[in-house]
Amino acid sequence: MTPMQLIFIFTAVASTVAAIMVVTRRNMVHAALFLVMTLFGVAVAFVLLEAPFLAVVQVVVYIGAIAILMIFAVMLTRNVTDDESGHPFNANVRLALLSAVFVFSLLVVTLGGWAQFSAIAPFANTSGAVAQLGEALAAADGYVLAFEVASMLLLGALVGAIFVVWPRQAEND
Amino acid sequence: MMDPLVALGDWLLSLAAKINLPPAVSQVILYLLGVSVIATVALVITIFNTWLERKIAARLQDRIGPNRVGPWGLLQPIADAIKMLTKEDTTPAAADKVAYNIAPILAVVSVLLIWAVIPFTSVWYGTKLNVAVLYIAAVGSFGVLAVLMAGWSSNNKYALLGAFRAVSQLISYEVPLFLSLLVPVLLARSMDISVIVEKQGSFLEMFVVAAPLAALLFFISSVAEVGRTPFDLLEAESEIVAGYHIEYSGFKFGMFQAGEFMHTFTIGALTALLFLGGWQGPLVDQYPILGLVYFMGKSFAVYFVTMWMRSTLPRIRIDHMQALNWKILVPVALVLLMLTPLVDYFTKDLGVLFSAFPGSPGELTLTWRTAALLLTNLVVGIGALDIIRRTSKRNTKARQRFPERAVARPPKEEAA
Repeated sequence: MTPMQLIFIFTAVASTVAAIMVVTRRNMVHAALFLVMTLFGVAVAFVLLEAPFLAVVQVVVYIGAIAILMIFAVMLTRNVTDDESGHPFNANVRLALLSAVFVFSLLVVTLGGWAQFSAIAPFANTSGAVAQLGEALAAADGYVLAFEVASMLLLGALVGAIFVVWPRQAEND
Repeated sequence: MMDPLVALGDWLLSLAAKINLPPAVSQVILYLLGVSVIATVALVITIFNTWLERKIAARLQDRIGPNRVGPWGLLQPIADAIKMLTKEDTTPAAADKVAYNIAPILAVVSVLLIWAVIPFTSVWYGTKLNVAVLYIAAVGSFGVLAVLMAGWSSNNKYALLGAFRAVSQLISYEVPLFLSLLVPVLLARSMDISVIVEKQGSFLEMFVVAAPLAALLFFISSVAEVGRTPFDLLEAESEIVAGYHIEYSGFKFGMFQAGEFMHTFTIGALTALLFLGGWQGPLVDQYPILGLVYFMGKSFAVYFVTMWMRSTLPRIRIDHMQALNWKILVPVALVLLMLTPLVDYFTKDLGVLFSAFPGSPGELTLTWRTAALLLTNLVVGIGALDIIRRTSKRNTKARQRFPERAVARPPKEEAA
């Protein structure tokens, strides 16, 4: 067993356990902290897959945003430090569990029948990957349209958020 | 010339081969050794820096500073560390134990992680990462997390207030920090710090010449990111006692302090790498080890400015802190980030403006590109200052016309 495999098994187990903790913890801040652990485990998986750019973006976008999530968890709920009341699950828990098991078994069956599944991928040369990604996002024959549509959507969301909270003169007086 | 560290690594590998360790295992052990060496170097520099900072702050404030333990008080940080270790390690009864104990470790680790991508010389670096600049931005978010965890898990109102303040400040100042980080990335055409340093070969090729405003923005927002004076609102003693680390004692408190000191020196190192050419300097091609001297010299020069600011400036008010960020730093950084690639694109083929001392090592050449970028920076900077001056003048006039009422006043029913 190589050190890489050891690291993979450790992070895989840790992030799966943390993911289960996210949905079962009643304390919201604990759930948020376990979410950090899960997302970091995914970032480590990206590193092991020779995709450092994706790993770093994963940390920037998700773990950076978790701090904000925690702030809202603390500010919008009552006495979160020792809030152990209430049920973490609603009535749909059985249905959700069933569909999760179904999707997982579907994945196992599909990927198990794929001949390439256990093949070892060739050692990827990732040195120019970020440049290629940037060019693909900005090139006319690449994904520039999708990229621009997504950024327009985000801009619209930003403007909308500002509009919603903008103080109206009539209501203030 | 054989590099001493590489030779040491090879010798250790051959030693491992002699006792029949598999190469994969010995390589991992070597990596772990490298990690501990870099972490130790960073921490030892921090210990020295606490002494240096106290001495320089004392000098700036017309005091003597530590002078009892060892020559010139040099052993003072050791004495402080021993004292800190002997203190009682307290944990509040209602604290969230796990988060409370992880937070100080995370605070130190978030800074230490940055050192993984810092090139000390052309051959000494933790790792060459092709997304190093983005990586630095990423590990910064662990620092925010550490502060929030500390503040929340202490179960203390002051700590929570401090953590909220910290998060609002750190998240806000991340915006101009990342935007100004992108300018050297654009100029070097790479996110790899080693490449960014290599592109700054001579004095006039340093990015501080082509992008002085970006360097200034980076410096200001990184000082805010560390939370040092004048941006130390997260631990304002007179308002929230000590902020997020109020409940911590002994060595855990020491870890927060060490993290802060180390982060301050790290921003000095990052400014040196991104804008001042890192290990580049005269004769560095023949003797790569000189690069360490240049890199440390530049880092300490920037670090000195932060110490200077710390011992002379008062704390900024909280609304001014947010206004400075959102009304000044972010717009300026955005304008700069839009203009830099445009100017760079239109001047890239214009060639050399003048060259002094041609033929000498580290030939001083000023290209049209650098000159145009410098001019753009100056125009944006002076324009921004002019807009700020006009706005503040207008605001002052408006305030004189309508005198401000007291902020805290009794409700109307009770006043009667």
